[in-house]
Amino acid sequence: MPAKIVFHAKIESVSILDEQGNFDAKLGKDVIPDTDVVRLYEHMTICRQFDEVAFKLQRSGRMGTYPENRGQEAVSLGAVYALHPDDWLVPCYRENCGLFWRGLPMEYILLHWMGDERGNEIPRDLYMTPQAIPIGTQMLHAVGLAWAGKYRKKDSIACAFFGDGATSEGDCHEALNFAANLDLPVVFVCQNNGWAISVPTKMQCSAPTLAQRGLAYGMECVQCDGNDIFAMAKVVGEAAERARRDHRPTFIEALTYRLGDHTTADDARRYRDEAELKKWLKRDPLIRIRTYLQQRKLFDDSREKALQARAREEVAAAVKRAEEIAAPTSSDMFDWLYAEMPGELATQRATLRTSGLGQDPSQLQEQSPAPSRNP
Amino acid sequence: MPRSIEFREAIREAMCEEMRRDARVFLLGEEVAQYQGAYKVSRGMLKEFGPRRVIDAPISENGFSGLGIGAAMYGLRPIIEFMSWSFSLVAADQILNNAPKMLYMSGGQFPIPIVFRGNGGAGGQLGSTHSWCVESMYANVPGLKMAIPFDAYDAKGLLKTAIRDDNPVFVLESERLLSVKGEVPEGDYLVPFGEAAIRRQGTDCTIVSFGRPLYFCLEAAESLAAEGIECEVIDGRTVRPLDIETISRSVARTNYCVVVDESWPFASIGAELAAQIHVLNFDDLDNHVVRVQADDVPAPYAYNLEQEMLPNARKICEAVRAVTYAA
Ligand SMILES: Cc1ncc(C[n+]2csc(CCOP(=O)(O)OP(=O)(O)O)c2C)c(N)n1
Ligand SMILES: [Mg+2]
Repeated sequence: MPAKIVFHAKIESVSILDEQGNFDAKLGKDVIPDTDVVRLYEHMTICRQFDEVAFKLQRSGRMGTYPENRGQEAVSLGAVYALHPDDWLVPCYRENCGLFWRGLPMEYILLHWMGDERGNEIPRDLYMTPQAIPIGTQMLHAVGLAWAGKYRKKDSIACAFFGDGATSEGDCHEALNFAANLDLPVVFVCQNNGWAISVPTKMQCSAPTLAQRGLAYGMECVQCDGNDIFAMAKVVGEAAERARRDHRPTFIEALTYRLGDHTTADDARRYRDEAELKKWLKRDPLIRIRTYLQQRKLFDDSREKALQARAREEVAAAVKRAEEIAAPTSSDMFDWLYAEMPGELATQRATLRTSGLGQDPSQLQEQSPAPSRNP
Repeated sequence: MPRSIEFREAIREAMCEEMRRDARVFLLGEEVAQYQGAYKVSRGMLKEFGPRRVIDAPISENGFSGLGIGAAMYGLRPIIEFMSWSFSLVAADQILNNAPKMLYMSGGQFPIPIVFRGNGGAGGQLGSTHSWCVESMYANVPGLKMAIPFDAYDAKGLLKTAIRDDNPVFVLESERLLSVKGEVPEGDYLVPFGEAAIRRQGTDCTIVSFGRPLYFCLEAAESLAAEGIECEVIDGRTVRPLDIETISRSVARTNYCVVVDESWPFASIGAELAAQIHVLNFDDLDNHVVRVQADDVPAPYAYNLEQEMLPNARKICEAVRAVTYAA
């Protein structure tokens, strides 16, 4: 008996506004009204300025490390645009543009990369979690947030962002499996930017698309042009609706490219082909929306000039706010470790001594932090 | 011929020499091959040994740790590099629940000659999730060995011993020490496990530590000497096995002891050392052992707080003065 085919699959790739400026009017109908396209373009321009300034801050020693977001702005922006304000955003570290759109003040991200924990004190009403440093771990949190939302009979869903590299972590696969098996309202947005530091995507996945990873878990999956804000808004909008209506997760592979280095500690020229970068520079999401607006006479050079000035001003103001915040004090490091302050910790907080080490807090001497000459 | 090379070069030399010597040894980890190592430890190794033996892994710490264990069960001797020990936590089941127990649970059938290595430790302003000092937590697990090299010489000698060892060995390289240079002989030599080194001789107080904090101990010992307190600084070198005899003999001479440990105080290597010394040197001690450890909080992100949270020379000086009643 010949074997029966029990499963057939296909993966769609969605593009609405391509790099030549062609717009698919049918697919793109009502995805983003023109007034919003203008606002999104303005926002993206400010984010680009933010990225450039952050990079320079690092180079001039005013910031520790910084992962450039340049070139990937449309992914998170399109996604967040399509979501409700109380849908959870569970980011990695290349989603600044979407986070700012939701309302996170820019100085939070600056503070974070300047090495100040207070950059993670995200106001609760923004519904976003702190940036995840251990790769992939946040994806399970998105599943939990969605689960809690369903449990509490909320209308909200969770949207997790992660890179192509993150799909190799066990946490990613466990998250996908849970979301599908427990019928959870999660939108998984994989930012496939081609690289995980120096490791190309093909070393993370032998299948032709990352999108099809969702297939194996029995969830909807789709690929889209991540540098096309219309495609992003459309696929995330549809995924969000599916999540809200049917409590079903979706796996979205957004094709994009990291125009900068992995972080300021990296130099991508060592492992990346110049021609590949050139190709992607032409696909810059910013250029694309600008072309769209230009064609429809929704934006012109004088507005562009004013916008550039506004971007410079807003970012400079954010840098000023971030740099004006005084360094934290010693006692701060004991705060927020527990919901309530345990007695022993309160003593340590007050005296910087602990009897647990054989130190006697009552013998407190004057403290003067001495800089060390050691590594 | 000894020459002065960086700590990271010493690690590389150990791996290269062992790989030339033994075809069963290979290196697997994130960014180790094409990129030459996230911290440039494996520079040139792909070129010399090829992609069969110097292997780039996807971001799957649990995956490549488990793969390494399987390979060790079938006759190979893997070196598994973690980009940071902080990221070994997602591989906890493989490295703690599998590797150190396999021989035991198989009644001797499956030795696991594997080395897990990478850099770790706080002090680099990398935020709490990326600044782990895993040594106390991991050293709690029986079945594994743990080496914490202090300088380039030990980095090479201890790692070579680790690679030849038939057990899982965790080698913890401080991120802050990778560029520090030291005298290292060319060619083969081993630093045996379980033999502490006396880094400075003294008669008035014993200071015990491992790895990077030893630099603070030595710095403290210098300034204390100016006050007339001569400290003996002991580098334990390996946590498991622990050379408690050398430490205990020193305490018997000095009658005072300060233990310096970068990890959190609760249930830590520092606590373990203090407990053992209290038992072994009960009659010698003129004061209880004092510990200098990280504060009992996650590594703060802010530079000033992180520096304060960790052991430093000032804290060690204070501890020595207090314990010797010189304060
Ligand atoms: C568990 C864990 N392992 C390793 C790292 C080190 N690391 C930081 S970013 C990165 C690459 C991530 O690649 P990808 O998921 O594609 O995201 P991208 O940086 O391209 O946006 C690695 C390996 C980490 N942060 N966490
Ligand atoms: Mg990537």
